[in-house]
Amino acid sequence: MNHLKLWLGRSQPAQALLLTLFVLFTAASVYFSDKSVVAFLLLLGSLLLLYLTTFRTSIKWGIGAVLLVVVIPFATSGGPAHQSYMEVATQCGIYIAMALGLNIVVGFAGLLDLGFVAFFAVGAYTYAIFATPQANEFISGQLFPLPGGAFWIFIVLGGFMAALFGLLLGLPVLRVKGDYLAIVTLGFGEIIRIIFNNLDRPVNITNGAMGLSSIQPPSLFGFSFTFPNQFYFIVILILAIVIFSVKRLEHSRLGRAWKAIRENEIAAQSMGIPLIRTKLTAFAIGASFSGMMGVVFAAKQTFIDPTSFTLLESITILVMVLLGGMGSVPGVILGAALVTILNLQVLTELTNWINQLTLQGIIHIPNSISPSKMQRLIFGAILVLVAIFRPNGLITAKNKKVDAERLKTLSTGRSLSVTSPAKQHSGGVGQ
Amino acid sequence: MTILRVSKLVKRFGGLTAVGGVDFAFPRGKISAVIGPNGAGKTTFFNMITGIYTPDEGVIELDGASIVGVKPHQIVSMGIARTFQNIRLFGSMTVLENVMVGMHIHLKAGIVGTLLSLPAARHEEESVYLEAYRLLEFVGLQELLNEQAANLPYGAQRRLEIARALATKPKVLLLDEPAAGMNPRETAELIGLIRRIQEETGMSVILIEHDMKLVMELSEHILVLDYGTKIAEGGPDHIRSHPKVIEAYLGKSAVEGDNVRLEVVT
Repeated sequence: MNHLKLWLGRSQPAQALLLTLFVLFTAASVYFSDKSVVAFLLLLGSLLLLYLTTFRTSIKWGIGAVLLVVVIPFATSGGPAHQSYMEVATQCGIYIAMALGLNIVVGFAGLLDLGFVAFFAVGAYTYAIFATPQANEFISGQLFPLPGGAFWIFIVLGGFMAALFGLLLGLPVLRVKGDYLAIVTLGFGEIIRIIFNNLDRPVNITNGAMGLSSIQPPSLFGFSFTFPNQFYFIVILILAIVIFSVKRLEHSRLGRAWKAIRENEIAAQSMGIPLIRTKLTAFAIGASFSGMMGVVFAAKQTFIDPTSFTLLESITILVMVLLGGMGSVPGVILGAALVTILNLQVLTELTNWINQLTLQGIIHIPNSISPSKMQRLIFGAILVLVAIFRPNGLITAKNKKVDAERLKTLSTGRSLSVTSPAKQHSGGVGQ
Repeated sequence: MTILRVSKLVKRFGGLTAVGGVDFAFPRGKISAVIGPNGAGKTTFFNMITGIYTPDEGVIELDGASIVGVKPHQIVSMGIARTFQNIRLFGSMTVLENVMVGMHIHLKAGIVGTLLSLPAARHEEESVYLEAYRLLEFVGLQELLNEQAANLPYGAQRRLEIARALATKPKVLLLDEPAAGMNPRETAELIGLIRRIQEETGMSVILIEHDMKLVMELSEHILVLDYGTKIAEGGPDHIRSHPKVIEAYLGKSAVEGDNVRLEVVT
């Protein structure tokens, strides 16, 4: 077994062959079966397999893009379950983006945020209010709903609004640390939900508990997006931007500052890192990912109400980050995908199956303990198990390793500059 | 020439006066030391200079400009860097990354530049790696650059803290008990390192230290604190035989004995 593993690790052609066979096999089974959850999960698993290969990063990205844009949509289009597969994939994408946003706050900057879903709600409502006649209630002129073309602007706007709320929340809240921060953000999450629930008086802005329905679907050059398999591509596009941004930020001046604050606030501040401002950027950037996906969520569901944004949602996103591995981008992606699939596919399928068995009179499991109602129990169990067996998550965050030899060669023959801050300032360090 | 001047510096914690009216001028480009028994107010003194505490009274001037009330992260930009008595590294980051964090204030890359990978940001990032590596070479940690900081041996962690402080390109380097917990060989290496910092960069170094061998060997100018007040100042020879210093360290009876010199007890 170990021999095989070693050999696979060294031989890229073997990896390529294995990956191709796996993809072909799973794609074919998804395509030709009516609805097979297992086959679909295995097909998604090919992405994990791809991650484990030793190909160059750019090649991995290329293959990943082909899998996501061509193979998965095509393979699922074979049977009647096409839309339900795509719905799951779309939800996965939405949650991955949110988990990556929360990962910036919790994983990189080390700020425990239990009200993260609030930013998702802000994004969703930003689009929903203006893409329904609702905005006519407080803006005169019967200009609304805005046409579906506005959706694309609202993706940016939703991200921006969420970032703004992140800043507004952060300013008072970031003075407290640790457990206190967790409680305050939890409170904020609830406040936002309750405000949306009650903002139908005196001026009707959110339509209160009734929610907003018939939200305009996005449109592009006359083409209207209404089905999950169409939203899938919007989500993939935004997700690509999000992953790309996170990767860039992680190993930048800002990313290092976030991690430094997580590791030791006093030392970070003694290195010239402004604590509040740096934490606020983490809040704002994390929130903006969530806000963008909120807009997509509102457009996809065509109906939103405050019950979509409960504390359980915040906890779900946090579980994704913890399960995957705090601060680890591939880990968080895996964690988010697993939890979403567990929620949408495994638990629902299990419930259906048990219901069938109950109907046939084979077993008797009361409805009150059906798997889909045990979400919270299962999350709790996941958290406990992760804490015991994989405290750093499924894929542990790795530090960036640098090529020591290269730096050594570059370094020889040059003198050290640690003197004279005044001169260094004017000369710039980037020279 | 004075780089850092404090006058009538006072800090109280409730009824306790941790530092009570200290005047001192630290010479530019030299190594100075602040010594005194435990609880003498040395670290409080450092914390006021680095902005972590605001003094209740008094003046702190760096190069003639007051730094009282300036925030800690801004004081770094003005040219004061420090290490900590209880090591405060960024434990789960690599050795190289720790030094790179130290260069934060000298980098300009913003969010937009980073996201779009603009040439300026990319170029800057390249040079950060190289410069951080050279600092590691300077303190002799270049072989360990990819290690997690928390996994380094104690002495190496101390040196990494110094490298990280140097990365901010300070005018004044404050070292809070740099030799604490080091064995004699590590201490000897540290003495060499501190001397090299001062000689090669002309930086002003101020250290708090209990290891009298290190203090006497390195410092040209020593400030002795006891119960928050200055009891002596001067060169090593002057301090070594100063009766008040000996009294503070060894008690009154020691002063009456013959030929007591401070290094005897260390």
